[in-house]
Amino acid sequence: MRLRLQVNGSQREAEAREHESLLTVLRERLGLWGSKNACEQGECGSCSVLIDGDLVCACLVLAGAAQGRDVRTVEDLAAGEHLHPVQRAFVDAGAVQCGFCTPGFIVATAALLRDNPEPSDAEIREALSGNICRCTGYGKILEAVHRSAAQGYTS
Amino acid sequence: MTLLAGGTDLMVDLNFGRKRPEHVVAIDRVPELAHLERNGHVRMGAGVTYTRMLAEDVGSAALREAARTVGSPQIRNVGTLGGNVATSSPAGDTLPVLAALDAVVVLRSKQGERRVPFAHFMTGPKKNVRRADELVIGAEWDDAGPAQTFMKAGTRNAMVIAIAGLALVVDRSRKRVGVGLGSCGPTILRASQAEGFAAAIFEAHGWDRHLTPSEAELKEFGRLVATAARPIDDVRGTAAYRRHVLAVMGERALSRVWSMT
Amino acid sequence: MTIAPPKTRLRGVVGESAPRADAPPKVKGEFVYGSDLSREGMLYGATLRSPHPHARIARIDVAAARAMPGVRAVLTSDDLPTREKFGLMRADQPVLATRVVRYVGEPVAIVAADDPEQARLAARAINVEYEPLSAVTDPVAALQSAAPKLHDPKDGNVIEDVRVVHGDPDARADVVVEGEYEVAMQDQAALGPEAGLAVPGPDGSVTLHIATQWLHEDLRQIAPCLGLPEEKVRLVLAGVGGAFGAREDVTLQIHVCLLALATKRAVRMTYGREESFYGHVHRHPARMWYRHGATRDGRLVFVRATIVLDGGAYASSTFAVVANAACFGGGPYRVPNALIHAVGAYTNNPPTGAMRGFGAVQSCFGYEAQMDKLAAALVIDPVELRARNALENGDRIVTDQQVEGSAPVAEVIRRCAALPLPPQRSSNDPLELPGGAGNLTHGEGVKRGVGFAVGLKNVCYSHAFDDFSTARVRVERDQGGVVARVHTAASEVGQGIVLVCEQIARTELGVQRVIVETPDTTIGSAGSSSASRQTWMTGGAVLAACREVKAELVTRARGRRLDDVDVAELLDTPVERVVTHRHRPTEKRNDTTQNDGHVAFLFAAHRAVVDVDVDTGLVKVVQIATAQDVGKAINPLAVIGQLEGGIAQGLGLAVMEEVQLKDGAVRNASFTDYLLPTMLDMPPVVCDLIEFPHPDAPYGAKGVGEPPTISSTPAIVAAIRAATGRALERVPVRPDDIVFGASSHSGWRVAAGDDPRGAERVR
Ligand SMILES: Cc1cc2nc3c(=O)[nH]c(=O)nc-3n(C[C@H](O)[C@H](O)[C@H](O)COP(=O)(O)OP(=O)(O)OC[C@H]3O[C@@H](n4cnc5c(N)ncnc54)[C@H](O)[C@@H]3O)c2cc1C
Ligand code: FES
Ligand code: FES
Repeated sequence: MRLRLQVNGSQREAEAREHESLLTVLRERLGLWGSKNACEQGECGSCSVLIDGDLVCACLVLAGAAQGRDVRTVEDLAAGEHLHPVQRAFVDAGAVQCGFCTPGFIVATAALLRDNPEPSDAEIREALSGNICRCTGYGKILEAVHRSAAQGYTS
Repeated sequence: MTLLAGGTDLMVDLNFGRKRPEHVVAIDRVPELAHLERNGHVRMGAGVTYTRMLAEDVGSAALREAARTVGSPQIRNVGTLGGNVATSSPAGDTLPVLAALDAVVVLRSKQGERRVPFAHFMTGPKKNVRRADELVIGAEWDDAGPAQTFMKAGTRNAMVIAIAGLALVVDRSRKRVGVGLGSCGPTILRASQAEGFAAAIFEAHGWDRHLTPSEAELKEFGRLVATAARPIDDVRGTAAYRRHVLAVMGERALSRVWSMT
Repeated sequence: MTIAPPKTRLRGVVGESAPRADAPPKVKGEFVYGSDLSREGMLYGATLRSPHPHARIARIDVAAARAMPGVRAVLTSDDLPTREKFGLMRADQPVLATRVVRYVGEPVAIVAADDPEQARLAARAINVEYEPLSAVTDPVAALQSAAPKLHDPKDGNVIEDVRVVHGDPDARADVVVEGEYEVAMQDQAALGPEAGLAVPGPDGSVTLHIATQWLHEDLRQIAPCLGLPEEKVRLVLAGVGGAFGAREDVTLQIHVCLLALATKRAVRMTYGREESFYGHVHRHPARMWYRHGATRDGRLVFVRATIVLDGGAYASSTFAVVANAACFGGGPYRVPNALIHAVGAYTNNPPTGAMRGFGAVQSCFGYEAQMDKLAAALVIDPVELRARNALENGDRIVTDQQVEGSAPVAEVIRRCAALPLPPQRSSNDPLELPGGAGNLTHGEGVKRGVGFAVGLKNVCYSHAFDDFSTARVRVERDQGGVVARVHTAASEVGQGIVLVCEQIARTELGVQRVIVETPDTTIGSAGSSSASRQTWMTGGAVLAACREVKAELVTRARGRRLDDVDVAELLDTPVERVVTHRHRPTEKRNDTTQNDGHVAFLFAAHRAVVDVDVDTGLVKVVQIATAQDVGKAINPLAVIGQLEGGIAQGLGLAVMEEVQLKDGAVRNASFTDYLLPTMLDMPPVVCDLIEFPHPDAPYGAKGVGEPPTISSTPAIVAAIRAATGRALERVPVRPDDIVFGASSHSGWRVAAGDDPRGAERVR
């Protein structure tokens, strides 16, 4: 089936099977490999994207149902070499190890700070509890979120 | 025809190749399903998400507490009441609340509308009386006041499927106690003996008064809650633990709502 | 002669918390992991796996699968180019099951098709007739003479048998404590699934892009199974989404190459999460019987232990895991007399192998529980008891090897114990209490406990293994000026070896711009990213190569100091050196395991503070404090990242992570039921890095990766014991264990130190 999707501000077309998730289409059909697939069941958050501004797991979105919506992926954040403040903070805080969870955390953090620019530790932990990181133990991720908050993440 | 709301149950089945429906109809943008109305009586559309339950006053404190325990923000942003009801997993977290509230599930098809009390809705694990051509429109219940709570046990502090869940509703104005139990039987169970026991105490002390129940009363209530369970051993927990923790939850729930008026 | 430009201070030298060069592409989503690889027109692979723990294959019918649309190849053992088997330390595993299957999940057939759905459906359409055989899933039972033999009948299911006999194992002591302990099966659960892309060459060769821990070892196992000489197989490291031991063994490597060679097309294979649980080895479950004796004033007199490790259906690295469990089974203590008998058994469970902590995790859980029992029996503070027995420089561990270089055991204990405790609980917010979002307690039933544990492990490979790493360092001039290029085959799995190489090269060469090239097999082996060894080994190789390069630059400078010249001027031709670095030799294990089998030792201490809801049996870890002997922190931020990440895995094993098996099948092969700690489960970590440089290591830097995972688990369990008074002899601790004090006895009686082949059934 032929899909028309609005991804990162541009209109994209792709061929997909009826049962395929938005994650599969983003990755395998549109070459947007930034959203990761680590579980395909909503348990890890590696595939986090924004749909009409809502933070969701792309693996749980039927690609066909995303038509006519505004899809934003991790690829939307940096402007060329210029990192988004949340990305910068993750780099600087040492919040990246293997990096497989990172795109999902970046998108989830950007969504959190948009809604709550100065979150407490407890608020960050609850807001990011759907993103699993197996490498860092989360300490540096927490720090990265505070850092980007302090820098005013939209700058 | 397979319906798709938030997709948080259905997509897992698609991703794992367990289902290959011919047609999927997305109902996540149907405005009627997103309605929410309360003025003594609550009518919640099937399309109301957990995030909305947390953000808005949904006419049930227990339902909000249940919503907060569901999955993660990503799941709560899209997962819906209707999906939880239609899936009818014994571990569905809104379901013990609907049971305790004596809620009615509203179904609709071309033939018309049916209203099924939640107590008669679920018939087994992931089984219910909904016919294939019926849509869950939503659920309705009487606003039962503030004396209610939900809790669930799981070995992780977030994003965990319940080993056991409990909702307690004390409707002081209608003089009714409802106890719904999740993950401890093939369907959501009501602890009717425990309900009767608590109702009798309220009756004796006065429904609208603050009272501190005795240790013995709390214990007995917990015991009666546990006896209502029909748990099994599974990968998430043992039957023995489920019984035990239900008793603890029952005790704690009752001691929490006692002072809520 | 031109005047050298003034030198700017170098940024990102050894000792600084430099940011990772691979972090910007990772935060942008541009870093290419194994599962992100693709080629125009590539095929997709799928695997059919055994549903039985033990069965004879009567017949395989692939006709239907071959006839399906889009299917390009269906291979069973009949189609393999050779009968070669593979395996990390013993080649006992068939590429595809031949005649028998020995575990649930064993690969039986592989398929390549035009799209993943077709491949999956075709694999499902293969018809295999099995005749089930009786399965052995209890490792102690597997060791008894009556058990069916799963491999060569001579060995009776024993993969490895290690005895440590030290001093007089029959020594008597004033106070004796004993216990039986269990460690369940843990999964590495690296977030990046197994993935590889095989591209066939026109000359019958194949290039494999693969996420792995050790390119050269993969090559050694892959080439013979393809029936190709090693020159015809080239491996290139793809981005690795975590490893933790799970990528030490071959998983889909051979399969994807076979499919590429059979179809003459590029083929990608990626495991989904469920298949990943079946596709890679897990941590060895362990049963341990321990007996400790001490004098009345708290000096250890003896340690006796019997340790049975479940190796599963194939050997993998069980040999070395068993040796580690035995060698470090006395802990970081002065133990004058010991008898430790560790055995690894073949069973029909999924194969087990490397996971962070590698054998040391299991025995640490046993001996640290014993130390607490001893402290209770002697009425001595548990921290004090540990300090009293702490190994010092020049002391011997139970393998009779002297600890040299640095042994700050007393120091890690003292400094860990001195770290600030968290404040008393002040909040009744359920999110900060046991049960978290479940809203179970607002403070009811919550008790606080504090626990302490210390661990010991080796760094690098042991027992005469020829352990080396190769590095090529090239300094040259390009448009951007002077650049140093570092090429090794060391796998960056997330741990930060790229940083180590870069910072060492920058520091040694005084060159700001350092590029660490993609690892592949065109250079010599770097050994595995395991055993906490890459800093020591590949860091050491880079250091040595840099020093040779620098010597050449000095020669070219003809008597001038390098600081005074513009190095670019010396680089009309590049300078390149390739160095193979070895650590000092170690000895082969002897009969009693009494010799210098290891290179050096790592130590860490952990203190855990937990809140336990004693009525519901749920736990919230409140804080972990740790002091670790790191030698030298080449990049302190990266070291802390290793500590925190390792602790999170230790926490997982303590309270939630278990691969549950039933008749050999995994019951929870998903992230819904195999629970990993979330941000709400992981508490703040306070750490103290202890830097006593080791004379043989680059800049004195010992490895840091494993110790955080070793003693964090027993520390947390000790804290739960303190809060609940329960014995808790098993990890993960389940709510039942806290609520009911359920015992987890194996049903076998063995006197600690005895041969488990003589175990007596008691239930
Ligand atoms: C990671 C993760 C964590 C989760 N955690 C929890 C948890 O903690 N507690 C919990 O209870 N659940 C949990 N779930 C399950 C799931 O999120 C809930 O059951 C959710 O309410 C399903 O709603 P949905 O809108 O996403 O349903 P969908 O997946 O869209 O639909 C589910 C089923 O219901 C049918 N359906 C949906 N809407 C209607 C309707 N209006 N009328 C008729 N049929 C309909 C669909 O056809 C489908 O069969 C979790 C799921 C995931 C992936
Ligand atoms: S891949 Fe979507 S949540 Fe894990
Ligand atoms: S950095 Fe590896 S999973 Fe988070």
